[in-house]
Amino acid sequence: MKQFVPKKAATVLSIFIFIVAVGASAFRNDAPVKQITFSTINRDSVESVQAFEIVYKTLMSPRCMNCHPAGDVPLQGDDSHLHAMGPKRGLDGKGVYAMKCSNCHQETNIAGLHMPPGNPEWHLPPAAMKMVFQGKSAHELAKQLVDKKQNGNKDIKKLIEHADDGLVLAGWDPGEGRTLPPVTHAEFKKAWITWLQSGAYAPKK
Amino acid sequence: MAKITLNINKKDYPLEADPQMPLLWAIRDLAGLKGTKYGCGVAQCGACVVHLDGEAVRSCVTKVSRAAGKKVVTIEGLSETNSHPVQKAWQEIDVPQCGYCHSGQIMSAAVLLREKPNPTDQDIDDAMAGNICRCGTYLRIREAIHTAAELQKKTGTKG
Ligand code: FES
Ligand code: FES
Repeated sequence: MKQFVPKKAATVLSIFIFIVAVGASAFRNDAPVKQITFSTINRDSVESVQAFEIVYKTLMSPRCMNCHPAGDVPLQGDDSHLHAMGPKRGLDGKGVYAMKCSNCHQETNIAGLHMPPGNPEWHLPPAAMKMVFQGKSAHELAKQLVDKKQNGNKDIKKLIEHADDGLVLAGWDPGEGRTLPPVTHAEFKKAWITWLQSGAYAPKK
Repeated sequence: MAKITLNINKKDYPLEADPQMPLLWAIRDLAGLKGTKYGCGVAQCGACVVHLDGEAVRSCVTKVSRAAGKKVVTIEGLSETNSHPVQKAWQEIDVPQCGYCHSGQIMSAAVLLREKPNPTDQDIDDAMAGNICRCGTYLRIREAIHTAAELQKKTGTKG
């Protein structure tokens, strides 16, 4: 008689059913949470990493990166050159001596090409928490952004809120003659939240 | 136009001005204090530096409305008898060439010496890099700031 399922296939199938059954029965205890999240991790890591692509290209655009320099002098312009006259970060990120940010940067942008852009909070990250973007790979930046020791002790909730920080928003109101970040603030925020809520996975590179 | 009272060098000046007017315009043209200079008008040279509540702001890009209710000090008001340690040092070393940049230089140096009474050369660079001198008096400026620091120590006067 011709078998409905070939012998080999039947063996494989029964082993599979056995594994599923063992796995499923284990759900009755609380131990196998790991197994459930295992499959979720795979799915979400893809979504997370995809969302981070948008986050990364935004944060590495001059409007964001210029105030997250690798050194202690902010960057300027669409080519991210060192800020003219070399103002320094200072301990609080607000400049030093006669060279404090707010000596030139006012509460609002000043009209005209190359005039100082403004915001009431204008500053660099402080010396103790430099939050460097410049020169970071997507992998490094993703790791850094969620590391409380390097992000100003922000948990996921605080990180999500940070998308609406006044100085973050200022990136989308940069003053005359400066290009905008590559996506709108709404698109950035959506990608930011997706990235964080789906596990904040770092791309491989 | 709006009525704005500016307190400049401890004196009140009731002025009529557009709130958007640069503070430099109000200081020079409305209050008539001509010691503060216009160099570039775009926050690049430092000739227009005045103190606003003690900070060395660039008055060419500071709106007059920002100064309302605050204390403005210009080069004329840094001391009553030109006796601020920075002014004395500037005279002793004979720093200026044409002089155009120096009210701004002195106002910036005064903030440096208040915050760092014993500045190193690096501190001087960090504080003064935004004050351009077309005549190139930078070496004398550096020397005078060190001299002012000594004077400040001796006399106990602070900017
Ligand atoms: S005139 Fe204000 S900085 Fe040049
Ligand atoms: S002394 Fe002439 S610009 Fe400085």
